[in-house]
Amino acid sequence: MFDNLSDRLGGVFKRIRGKGRLTEADVNEMLGEIRTALLEADVNIGVVRNVVERIRVQAVGSKVSEALDPGQQIIKIVNAELVAMLGGETLKIAYASQPPTVVLMAGLQGSGKTTSAAKLASWFKAQGRNPLLVGADLQRPAAVEQLKVLGAQLNVPVFSAPGDPVQTAAAGLAEAKRLGRDVLIVDTAGRLSIDTEMMQQVSDISAAVKPDYTFLVIDAMTGQDAVNVAKAFDETLAISGVILSKLDGDARGGAALSVKEVIGKPIAFAATGEKLDAFEQFHPDRMASRILGMGDMLTLIEQAEKVFEKDEAEKAAAKLMEGEFTLDDFLDQLQQLKKMGNLSSMMGMLPGMPKEMKNAQISDDMVKSTEAIIRSMTPEERRKPEIINGSRRQRIANGSGTQIADVNKLVKQFSEMQKMMKRMGGGGKKGGKGGFNPFGGGGMDLSAALGSRPPSR
Amino acid sequence: MSNSFPIIFLILAAVVLVFGFGVVVQSRRKKPTPVVTPAPKNVVAPAPVAEVVAEPVVELVAEKKRSFKNVLAGAVSSVLGRGEINDTSWDDLEEALLRADVGVKVAQALLEPLRARVKAKEISTPAELITALQNDMASRLVGTNRELNFDASIDGPNIWLMVGVNGAGKTTSLGKISAQQVALGRKVMMAAGDTFRAAAGEQLQTWAERSGAEIIRGAEGSDPSSVILDAVQAANARKCDLVLADTAGRLQNNTNLMEELRKVRRVAEKGAGTVTETLLVIDATTGQNGLSQARLFADATQVTGVVLTKLDGSSKGGIVFAIETELGIPVKLVGLGETIRDLVAFNPTEFVEALCSTT
Repeated sequence: MFDNLSDRLGGVFKRIRGKGRLTEADVNEMLGEIRTALLEADVNIGVVRNVVERIRVQAVGSKVSEALDPGQQIIKIVNAELVAMLGGETLKIAYASQPPTVVLMAGLQGSGKTTSAAKLASWFKAQGRNPLLVGADLQRPAAVEQLKVLGAQLNVPVFSAPGDPVQTAAAGLAEAKRLGRDVLIVDTAGRLSIDTEMMQQVSDISAAVKPDYTFLVIDAMTGQDAVNVAKAFDETLAISGVILSKLDGDARGGAALSVKEVIGKPIAFAATGEKLDAFEQFHPDRMASRILGMGDMLTLIEQAEKVFEKDEAEKAAAKLMEGEFTLDDFLDQLQQLKKMGNLSSMMGMLPGMPKEMKNAQISDDMVKSTEAIIRSMTPEERRKPEIINGSRRQRIANGSGTQIADVNKLVKQFSEMQKMMKRMGGGGKKGGKGGFNPFGGGGMDLSAALGSRPPSR
Repeated sequence: MSNSFPIIFLILAAVVLVFGFGVVVQSRRKKPTPVVTPAPKNVVAPAPVAEVVAEPVVELVAEKKRSFKNVLAGAVSSVLGRGEINDTSWDDLEEALLRADVGVKVAQALLEPLRARVKAKEISTPAELITALQNDMASRLVGTNRELNFDASIDGPNIWLMVGVNGAGKTTSLGKISAQQVALGRKVMMAAGDTFRAAAGEQLQTWAERSGAEIIRGAEGSDPSSVILDAVQAANARKCDLVLADTAGRLQNNTNLMEELRKVRRVAEKGAGTVTETLLVIDATTGQNGLSQARLFADATQVTGVVLTKLDGSSKGGIVFAIETELGIPVKLVGLGETIRDLVAFNPTEFVEALCSTT
């Protein structure tokens, strides 16, 4: 979609490379690119202005050395600045000494309050708490019904009563006490921040239940207006933190930065998928690289961790490094990889991928043909693809319903990958744990490896 | 197909390598639980069907667009307040456009030609500059056909499909459209194609009752394509004019769900009906991601128009300017409030006039 900051700065630095010293004009051009990158990520323009100024100070002060890639150096500065802005104190839930701990959910229509309320209940349950959900959105048709269905899936009770949302919320609090539930989560109707009547209503709900925590739910796709919304809700309700919803989309999520900067309240949670457990505490470092379009390696690793057998994966990696990785191993790993979701979105999360590859769409069909070809090989062929000759090729193509050319391509790519990985293996081991540094510099810069040997197509 | 090999290899290699190096991150998540959905939809208030106005409600639009107007008004009056066009004037205009979410590229595309004209002395006063910007913006929007496509000549019902991300306002917009179409004398069948989100069917059912439409629902978790096809067949049997098909919200980068939507679009026409309108619903608060939404939904379902919802909030909805001018997808309807009559035809001239007016 949009160029990431690395690509943007790459263009600038190509022109000024070898100059030795950055002129003021160079710095301005660079800052212009940073500004555009942030604006395309939906960071609020006022916030962008502040960030750019802070970066100017640091960039001018820092020496751009010949040895280091100046682009990477600047990206590091920008990234560190964003992490610092997004970070700060994280929200730690302190439970009320007199249960229940009351949590109020608020936000615009369609931001994801009801789903987030259920996800939050699931999160509290995982912390060993016993939440009660209260459906105080009496406005949207079937909103309470939705909450009840979600509650049933989580095995969390849901309370609601028709009539007045303020009274419903208050009754919910009484119900939580009666049932001895130690956390109360109140879902409210979506409302526009400029709708004074509705804002008064949510303020009344707040007064009735006296929440320990009030979360503002903000859609990760929100544009420039996020700060106005956050300000208005914060003024009315004194927000404790923000829940960033729909972060599994391809939005850069600059709203997170804007809101944090403007109301100074932490982003407490992020919703990262359609399932009820796709909800986690917020990671400022990942958000920074996401805003800059620099990939989100840690999320990828976490996803991988859920589906891959760790020992198996370690073995496979060792084999890969030593060039002993066979097509059989590949097939095994591909099965695991498929569980992680679609490959195209994983591409987007890998740092340092060339743009044309990042944008490539990999459909399930492509994966299927790859599998079909390998499955049509004999065990020996999978171990030693170099023995595949003309007649074997024909057989494999027939068996997998593909063309001979496809079989050739697969075999060729596989051997190229083996060579590349072997080479990377040499440098990569030195990289150690932090080897996959999204900002380069380590021995495992995938883009460098790709750059020197672009995969043929 | 062969292009995919290197990519697959690389992802795999990367993932495998990461593991090999033992980068250990605690897994915070547990085993997935079955089926659940994101995002609530709009709040709605009942409105009597008799009040329905099918034609654009011009004065209403003008009044409700005040928010859009306000954002530029400040910038415009400060530009006009200066005796001459200077650097600050350009910064003011750019900032106003960016604040409205039109995006960096569009803002530059609008201002660059004006800079050239100022340099060439074609434009010399701030007032001329504002007028020129207004004319430029309007000229990019006028002349587009924004009628909802209804073809009375086809055999079987017309099918209008609602698509969009979670929480954009698909179900609510569909309810409002239904009421307006019923008021036009058309017999409407709703298809509850959102079989994923909890209680989406109930929500639509409420709208069917309010608007006087029939409805076909499937079981939660059932195949949306077949629910919609059932509705089309039922509509044909009952001589309905129009099928309004709801779909589950989905994020446009979710390839599998987009494939499902592609199938919905394809299967909808397997029966007696024809899809004459595919409406992409976009929330006015949406930022630059709106372009990605428009691109990917259009690719999957041949989107024919945009419904811009929640424009009565403090958001400006400028992203639809980018969507229409860059991708050529016309904005057809605008949601300005919670009642049925608040869903109105998009009026570009007014949109731009309001945008650049100082009063």
